[in-house]
Amino acid sequence: MDRPENGLYAALIQRGMTRRAFLRFGAAMAAALALPATFAPRITAAIERAPRLPVVWLRGQACGGDTEAFLAAAGPTVGELLLDLLSIEYHDALMTTSGEAATAARSSLSERFPDGYLAVVEGAIPTADDGMACTIGGRPFRDVVREVCDGAIATIAVGACAFDGGAPGASGGRTDAVGVTEAAPNARLISLPGCPMNVENLTATIAHYLTFNELPVTDSRHRPLFAYGDLVHNQCERRAHYEFGEFVLAWGDEGAQKSWCLYKMGCKGPEVFANCANVQYASATSWNVKAGHGCIGCTMPDFWDSMGPAHARLPSTLPFAPNITADQIGLGLVGGVAAVTAAHGAATFARELRNRVVGRRRAAAAIAGVAPAPVGGAVATLEPPEAASPGPVGPPSPESMPAEPVAATHEPAAIAEAMTTPEVEPVLETGPSALDEPRPNRRGADEPEQPESPR
Amino acid sequence: MTRLAIDPVTRVGGPLRIEVDVQGGVVADAWAAATMFRGLEGTLLGRDPRDAWLMAQRICGTCNGVHALASVRAVERALGIAIPGNARIVRNILAGSQLVTGHVTGFYRRQLPDWADLLAGAAADPAAASELARSISDSPSSSTPYFQGVRQRLAGLADSGQPGIFTPSAAPTAAYRLSPAASLVVAAHSLEALEWRRSMTRLQTFLGGKSPHPQTFVVGGMTLTPPWGGPVRASSGEHPRRPQSSAPVPLGERGLSVLTSLIAGARDFVDQVYLPDVLYLADVYRDQAKLGRGLGNLLAFGEFPEDDTDEPKLLLPRGRLMDGDLTSIEAVDQVGVAESVASTHDLEDAELRHPSEGRTNPCYQGPPAPVTTLEGAARYSWAKAPRYWDDPLETGAAARMAVAYAARGEPYSVVARILANLGLEPGALASTLGRVVAQAIEAKLVVDRLDGWLSELKSNLASGDLALADLSDWDPSTWPSEVEGWSLGESSGGAVGHWLRIRDRRIAAYQVVDGSTWNLSPRDGRGRRGALEEALVGTPVPDPASPIEVLRAVHSFDPCPACAVQ
Repeated sequence: MDRPENGLYAALIQRGMTRRAFLRFGAAMAAALALPATFAPRITAAIERAPRLPVVWLRGQACGGDTEAFLAAAGPTVGELLLDLLSIEYHDALMTTSGEAATAARSSLSERFPDGYLAVVEGAIPTADDGMACTIGGRPFRDVVREVCDGAIATIAVGACAFDGGAPGASGGRTDAVGVTEAAPNARLISLPGCPMNVENLTATIAHYLTFNELPVTDSRHRPLFAYGDLVHNQCERRAHYEFGEFVLAWGDEGAQKSWCLYKMGCKGPEVFANCANVQYASATSWNVKAGHGCIGCTMPDFWDSMGPAHARLPSTLPFAPNITADQIGLGLVGGVAAVTAAHGAATFARELRNRVVGRRRAAAAIAGVAPAPVGGAVATLEPPEAASPGPVGPPSPESMPAEPVAATHEPAAIAEAMTTPEVEPVLETGPSALDEPRPNRRGADEPEQPESPR
Repeated sequence: MTRLAIDPVTRVGGPLRIEVDVQGGVVADAWAAATMFRGLEGTLLGRDPRDAWLMAQRICGTCNGVHALASVRAVERALGIAIPGNARIVRNILAGSQLVTGHVTGFYRRQLPDWADLLAGAAADPAAASELARSISDSPSSSTPYFQGVRQRLAGLADSGQPGIFTPSAAPTAAYRLSPAASLVVAAHSLEALEWRRSMTRLQTFLGGKSPHPQTFVVGGMTLTPPWGGPVRASSGEHPRRPQSSAPVPLGERGLSVLTSLIAGARDFVDQVYLPDVLYLADVYRDQAKLGRGLGNLLAFGEFPEDDTDEPKLLLPRGRLMDGDLTSIEAVDQVGVAESVASTHDLEDAELRHPSEGRTNPCYQGPPAPVTTLEGAARYSWAKAPRYWDDPLETGAAARMAVAYAARGEPYSVVARILANLGLEPGALASTLGRVVAQAIEAKLVVDRLDGWLSELKSNLASGDLALADLSDWDPSTWPSEVEGWSLGESSGGAVGHWLRIRDRRIAAYQVVDGSTWNLSPRDGRGRRGALEEALVGTPVPDPASPIEVLRAVHSFDPCPACAVQ
């Protein structure tokens, strides 16, 4: 295999990474991208040859959480990302230079990198008041975003705010905050919603780009299917308890201590598309359900308003079909939730009722059809979702999914040594039983329909 | 008189613009402008108070979880909920490890590039670096081959032509006093800090479910629970979890031992790397303790309740020191806090209002884009101007350490010893160099306490006290129709207060005054500067093309514009 002296591979080997660990990284990335294992060598080969990819990272109406998530990257580690894989040319939280020198590093990108650069946008973009609710270097952030994203090979919108305005764009907001789709409609966009985004998905997206010279397949809202193609509920470690009707009924009760299903405590997992349950956070250390709190739906459009109170149980009469996608259900859901809530006479939840008013346009769009209808014309593409950004692979098939947590396999050896504890150990709290079999990550056509939620 | 504008000020928690008037090589006047507004106080209105912490914590992802804690405490006070001791301890561990993480990353990521040219380490002799490292600490990573490896890495970065974020500032070489060997040592430690921070993220993820934005708070306690039967007893009779849940549950026996080792790792790093580096740097730059003295008014709300009473003993005490007097601590009460929007992009008048009466009516009133100068703009920042009984105050680690010193409590001996070793008087804590030192002292104090909290938690659980939430007021039908709540606490950046009103089971008013709001405060109705603005006055600017001393003073506060303006 051709291994150039100055590629990433050389840099990693020089830093003491073993060939074996490097191959594991390729396998882990293939798993994260839901590609068949046969793709691993191709990924490894591509990363070996990759020059450092110039990146400009913009932050607008942001809390900085996505930067913090990025800085906790584990596979590859943040050190490898910063020093070896990427060349971050502009990031206001990380760069040494300030003021005009910093601005110059950003405005000279196109001249300095004629082969192009990758843009990452964190935070919402205010449009009220000529965008003056967020200025960088004296200029409205809105203008900076458009300028940088239009010139980029691709733009990755990280987090809920850059996806669709997030918290600043929630009802009660005063700045008309929007996401990148609206602020830079010409950008070639990948969205990684979540609050914050899961850095494993960012790394996998970059690995995909380096490997195939293509962005991963997305839905009509630019969310890669490898990460946002399946329901949290389908992947959840507590799913068995849902099937058996074993629910947490109060914080800290017997069910909570036995890690039962959080559905009745308001978990939005049955309606939320994300891979949190599979990938988890911080090298598969944990995720919110393991820590005892339900999903709040932070990867979903308008989640602050559309997902309702975090601790209110979902109306559960929605039909579930195998292989449903975020596109097919996303918009229908909002109207559905509102309608069902109203039908059940849950008038005490005044907020949801208010959301119905606020979310009129969403509901109207939903009623218009089940087709992947862009909200309020926010989505730039006119093609059907499958064609929106063609890539070499489609949605995951059950065979190609990893059978164990992704992060467990791709910790580089040098770092693995530094970790104080094993990533994964056999469970001790419970014994094996007939039910203890590897669970499919995704419901296939050959599996029986899941039963209706027990009520 | 020359007007200098620095925009963006990088290495802070959000968009920030600083302008200074320079006269005779010294800053004569200064303006701090937070240039971003989101309106989260407004988006909180009308929501379920039990959800407020979820949105409030999105104020800041760098100060991870700080506003979740402040918010949930304010709601609990409003509803009269007393949380179980276990929940208090878990919250202390979460907030304490966050404070330590904040100070360490604040130093290596945000402050250090002002004090050291890290790429200069590429020219260092690794043997000299090894010798230096061994003379200041007993860190195991100090061999010549280790520094040889780091040097190669730095050289590779410098030679690549793409140093990216590591591109050095244009400051003259003379501004950096560290030798090449010392630069190599601190550069190596910066890289170590990145990796160390990942282990802190694991700790936060373990107890919070994810990081940033932990998701285990609940009004009344925490959603974490020990496994059925307590942390040591194996359970039976339940359906097994899936193979993927095989990682230890946070409060299970193995989970607690993972926490123990993560906390030990945190303490080792502070003891062997962070604190020695700061003390070395402070020795080299000791004269910079004369700069950036600022208001001399210091405010600490205090943090880390050590018992479950209404007025708990705090690890870091509450108090106020006025006019540089460290001998008498004035009391602090939430009623003394007020905010003015005299210099804020807001339509309200300049009147000082208590946060419970606070209003936010945003409207940009600065110069049109592109903004080249704030000269002549009466309202120039999105931040409000908090005052305590009319006085501007500085908050943060320097204020907390000064109050702890003055209070002669438990932390006194640690603060006094480190200051004595450096030859600094306690009045120097609130200075450009002193703030950096105060943050390191505080990190040491708190990281040493983490293990004690964990031990208390373990012994509670072992004795059968498994409660982590009090749900007696979980049901909104038990709530009064209108009630007010507030909380006072601390983040790494300073004193945090949340005020809210609950009416008809919904949030009817919400105001946040963060530590960075105090520090980045613009002028009030009487034209008095905020803490950072005041600290900048008198700062030397030998080279207007590269105002490194100004940046050092700004970064010494480790300010967070995202926290300052919600």
